[in-house]
Amino acid sequence: MSSTIPSLDPALAERLEAVCLEIEADPARIRVRFPAAAREIGRTPGTSADVGQDRLEDRVRVRLLEALRRAVPDVERRNTEVHDLYRFGDADERRAVLLGLDRLDLDDRALDLVHDALRTNDPRLVAAALGPYAATHLEAADWRQGVLKCLFVGVPLALVTGLDDRADAELSRMVGDYAAERRAAGRSVPDDALPLLLPVRPSES
Amino acid sequence: MRIFDPHIHMTSRTTDDYEAMYAAGVRALVEPAFWLGQPRSSVDSFVDYFDALVGWERFRAAQFGIAHHCTIALNPKEANDPRCLPVLDLLPRYLAKDGVVAVGEIGFDSMTREEEKAFARQLELAREFALPALVHTPHRDKLAGTRRTLDLVEAAGVDPGMVVVDHLNEVTVDVVEEAGAWMGFSIYPDTKMSPARMVAILRARVESGRGLGRVLVNSAADWGRSDPLSTRRTGEAMLAAGFTEDDVERVLWHNPIEFFGQSGRLLLDVPETDSAATFAGNSLLRGER
Ligand SMILES: [Zn+2]
Repeated sequence: MSSTIPSLDPALAERLEAVCLEIEADPARIRVRFPAAAREIGRTPGTSADVGQDRLEDRVRVRLLEALRRAVPDVERRNTEVHDLYRFGDADERRAVLLGLDRLDLDDRALDLVHDALRTNDPRLVAAALGPYAATHLEAADWRQGVLKCLFVGVPLALVTGLDDRADAELSRMVGDYAAERRAAGRSVPDDALPLLLPVRPSES
Repeated sequence: MRIFDPHIHMTSRTTDDYEAMYAAGVRALVEPAFWLGQPRSSVDSFVDYFDALVGWERFRAAQFGIAHHCTIALNPKEANDPRCLPVLDLLPRYLAKDGVVAVGEIGFDSMTREEEKAFARQLELAREFALPALVHTPHRDKLAGTRRTLDLVEAAGVDPGMVVVDHLNEVTVDVVEEAGAWMGFSIYPDTKMSPARMVAILRARVESGRGLGRVLVNSAADWGRSDPLSTRRTGEAMLAAGFTEDDVERVLWHNPIEFFGQSGRLLLDVPETDSAATFAGNSLLRGER
């Protein structure tokens, strides 16, 4: 996801800009602007079963998180604010927090949010959890479990950031076992799991 | 018959209820935040409850073709408990969310000073978030409580047209009418109104030229002995008493939309029901997947 929104309608861009300025002037305003962002700034109409759909309200909320990063230089304070947005957020807000984690300069302080999302069975949260932030910060064992979870809850592996770089022999083994169980049960194996069955490279520890 | 139940606690109801409600014509509802029948012991308990109101319960209702909205507040009973009071500071985060169509249930239970403080503070929040307010009136000392309620609404500078005063009866309806607020009636066995009494109130309003406006009829069904179809029963009683289909639709559908529509946040296009859909990975078809 790019941090600029190319096809933004001008009225929406203006509303977004105004709210970003408001947050930069008073960062606590994000507590009410972030939940209201889809309604007050803009959203993609309707719902979609596509967990990877690029939705306007996700982009808008990530922009508000970027405004928060500019507004709160103290990383611990910023971290608390981000954790609260997640804790008190609904599923859409939590997804946006996950999508924005790599924009917030929190190092590994927000890994617990990634773990929380990976514990749910909500495909939109699982998909958002395995973005660039997890690719950089999530430990190998947890990251492999996350990829496997994608196969279980139906998240296309194309949505997992860094799959080609991080896939290793241990992941191949795990996906191989998963495929064997599926076949034993007479069920199909998702197409996007197949490339992972090929040996790649030795596992990182 | 198309029904919008403007006050029902679905968290306490079963999927059988959702099915029966849909079959009876219920297509939309508002679930006000209230207490659980037993005291909460911490703010965290509210957070989980509010999460359910804006998430899981909305999903559950949609599976049965019903649009679910909620109201958010610290209820009057728990306004007396110092363990619960700090939830007031969290309310703005929830009042900002989509599908939250009012501040409520607020109001009086035992008419204590603590209740009055929480009530006044939450009327301010209603103004700040441009939301209607849903006000519960007490079981005990109801008329005095209703009068005091209306005084507080006026003192807070809230437009009475943005307020529904709920659980009214023959004794308390007139003061609310005069104040210009919306009149809510709960058709609830034993302790509140019955369909027959409701019809008598409606007939009196029509005969005196006050008409069917500003009236909301709800089931207030919850964890007590109550009936989620009592809105439908009231509609049937209206028809039996000679009211037209249009009158029934006015009271049971258009009035709630007019009142809660003032929030600008109604979600009336319910997605197609898909019984295999999941919320947070949790489908209603347990064991089938
Ligand atoms: Zn209630």
